[in-house]
Amino acid sequence: MQLERTNIVTEEGHETFVLNLGPQHPATHGVLRVKLTMDGEYITRAEPVPGYIHRMHEKMGENRTWAQFLPNTSRIDYLSAMHYTHAFVSVVEKAAGIEVPPRAEYLRVITSELNRISSHLVWFGAFLLDLGGFTPLLYAFDDREKILDLLEGVTGARLTYCWYRFGGVGNDVEPEFVTGTREFVTYMRPRLDMYRQLVTENVILRKRLEGVGPISADQCRKFGATGPVIRGSGVPYDVRRVEPYSVYPELDFEVAVHPGGDCMARYLVRMEEIAQSLRIVEQALAKLPEGPVLGKAPKTVKLPPGDYTFAVEAARGRFMVRVVSDGKDVPYRVRLRAPSFSNLSLFEETSRGMMLPDALALMGTLDLVIPDIDR
Amino acid sequence: MTLPEPFRLVAFLVGTLAFVGLNAAYLVWVERKGAARFQRRPGPTEVGPAGLLQPIADALKLLSKQVLVPPDADRILFRVAPILVMSPGLMCLATIPFGEQLAARNLDLGLIMVFAFGSINVMAIMLGGWASRNKYAIISAARIVSQNVAYEIPMLLVVVTLLMSTGTTNLQEIVRQQAGGFWNWNILRLGVNPLMPITFLIFFTCMLAETNRAPFDMAEAESELVAGAFTEYAGMGFGVFFMAEYANVLVGCSLATILFFGGWQSPIGILSGVGWFLLKLYTLIFVVVWVRWTFPRTQFYRLLNLSWEILIPISLVTLALTSVMLKLFGK
Amino acid sequence: MKRALRELAGGLTSLLTGMKITLQQFFKPDVTVRYPHESLKMPKRYRGHIVFVREPETGRSLCVACKSCEKACPSECIVVNGVKKEGEKKKSVTDFKLDFTKCSLCGSCVEVCPTDALEFSKQYNLASTTKTEYLQIDLVKRLEEGK
Repeated sequence: MQLERTNIVTEEGHETFVLNLGPQHPATHGVLRVKLTMDGEYITRAEPVPGYIHRMHEKMGENRTWAQFLPNTSRIDYLSAMHYTHAFVSVVEKAAGIEVPPRAEYLRVITSELNRISSHLVWFGAFLLDLGGFTPLLYAFDDREKILDLLEGVTGARLTYCWYRFGGVGNDVEPEFVTGTREFVTYMRPRLDMYRQLVTENVILRKRLEGVGPISADQCRKFGATGPVIRGSGVPYDVRRVEPYSVYPELDFEVAVHPGGDCMARYLVRMEEIAQSLRIVEQALAKLPEGPVLGKAPKTVKLPPGDYTFAVEAARGRFMVRVVSDGKDVPYRVRLRAPSFSNLSLFEETSRGMMLPDALALMGTLDLVIPDIDR
Repeated sequence: MTLPEPFRLVAFLVGTLAFVGLNAAYLVWVERKGAARFQRRPGPTEVGPAGLLQPIADALKLLSKQVLVPPDADRILFRVAPILVMSPGLMCLATIPFGEQLAARNLDLGLIMVFAFGSINVMAIMLGGWASRNKYAIISAARIVSQNVAYEIPMLLVVVTLLMSTGTTNLQEIVRQQAGGFWNWNILRLGVNPLMPITFLIFFTCMLAETNRAPFDMAEAESELVAGAFTEYAGMGFGVFFMAEYANVLVGCSLATILFFGGWQSPIGILSGVGWFLLKLYTLIFVVVWVRWTFPRTQFYRLLNLSWEILIPISLVTLALTSVMLKLFGK
Repeated sequence: MKRALRELAGGLTSLLTGMKITLQQFFKPDVTVRYPHESLKMPKRYRGHIVFVREPETGRSLCVACKSCEKACPSECIVVNGVKKEGEKKKSVTDFKLDFTKCSLCGSCVEVCPTDALEFSKQYNLASTTKTEYLQIDLVKRLEEGK
């Protein structure tokens, strides 16, 4: 084990010290340790040390049957659990040739987009908490309660839904869900307006975020950052458009893009994504067909030997599942490509020379969920 | 009816101590309940009816904690700093006129005395941070000092502007000049200073910054990740710093009420008294709480930029404007 | 100069708009449900720990101890045993222990049961000072006690 030199001298001859943004934060990020080498107020080097919440999901994939792995998928990134389960069931369906009825596809899209909205609301509240504005957190969580109540009525769980099955979804929805979701959409749009007036146009917040933490599109490509991070740098990369899946090709929505590259751009991209998700939910509810919700799937799923992948647009970026099967009822290898890991790797390069509060604002806009980094 | 001098002294001493103590403790309750209502939740409700005994529960909790003095801290200064930081609150209230007869010591230089004692606050925080011998406490305390110095200047410029129109620093006299209805209050004396409401806004902002209230609480809160000026203070030492912050808010808002809103004068000209003073005082304190829970924090250098680049030029402009108006149009 | 003043005025109005919004929220009612003085009604599909479904005529469990739930569980928390009583076609359950400290409420056991003998309860406020109380939730005993 190498001893860390604590008094590195910079080129200007200043002495630096190492500050531990320890695993325990007063902010809400989770258990991530960042070793900051500081020159007074400025960061000269930021080294993230992940691994404090490594739960070995990929290893668990090798010891559980295809159906037994489903609860794991919700717990990788618990805030946008539906998307991760969607990726896993889709890769198995694609490989085994299981058909999904259209009603199930539409229900999957509706619940996924509701989950995206609730994930962005958590990001919004936690980000503002980092910046010192305590009140919008509670307003956002009030809105999120409505989504969680809707999803609880359908699946029975509030955070770690285990509702998608191979070939469709676990159970059909009640009519109350459809009316409740329509009410929610009408309720949420004026709230977005309120957030815009209270937070986005607030001069203190704008001064705090504009011009801070610029990330160029090239840096994003170098580190593989996806999701609102790369869309905030002007690149319209959205998996729902680049590699369309489920019924997204039939729905009309725009990809939220902003050319700024600074914290404000990423913030605006996420707020716009909430509005677009509401649009998608509205259209999908209108187009919801009748029919069964579960297609024919074998009792014990066995995939033909081979290598299969599937990517979805999760709330944080591109989440991809790669499974390698050797014909048994247990996978040979499950590989989870987590978006937060790639987004985090941007932090070291872009935070060089920034002041600590600005670097924290930058980390907030990357929207990291630490269990997603460590899996 | 005037009591003989010793009794009057004791009565006012007890009264001031009780007022400051009760307010410092119960402004915590006001803040928590206010924050809760803005966030649409109940706030403290369990301890006592509507949570009214919550500050007492908090005080008991703080009193029962072990007071750790760091081994290499300056022994005298470490213990003296909390007492010093509480003293401006008590001393300044000696000249504040609560009502027609209710001024403990109505000095002719009352306004100057309030500002003189107010600057002890900054010194005490610096002492507290320095005596802790903690790297981060010293940095944080130094930031608080630079913030306070930056905001003293526009505050004093604004007060000088006001002094030019009132002509006296006697606080009771300033209140008496605003007799009549609310159109006589200093904030609406646009004949003397057309930018008077802006002047009040500058005074209010400076008051928020002087007392380290959000959105200017950078030195205390950003250092959440590292430390704050009061890290080494445990138990009641921290409790005293906390109460002193509220006592300072109390003094600042009382001053704002007297200088701009007519003190104990009633807005309709009759039935003036201490009730109006308390009503205006608590309305201003409500606004202070309201501002805290609405906005995020500024960055530290922007805070200083706000003072040096925006508030000072504007207050100089109002000063010049007032002097011109007074010269041309008289009082 | 004019731009700076306009920016200043714009900034000030944004602050005042923000304050107006929080003041409007100040006068709206609480959102909080004051648990434990009040509590919410659990939705129909809420996932509490599993319990036996009572057969309407006999009051017994529908479980035939086929061990499908034991095999389907990802976390290996179910242990079920049964014996074939005299004169009956299928086994009846004698022993059903659920290790709730490992259960992830995935619902595989409920879905895979061939006789639909399991269902989710609405139990949401389990609390105990020892781990043993949830280490061995005994469904047979709970059925006998009438829970």
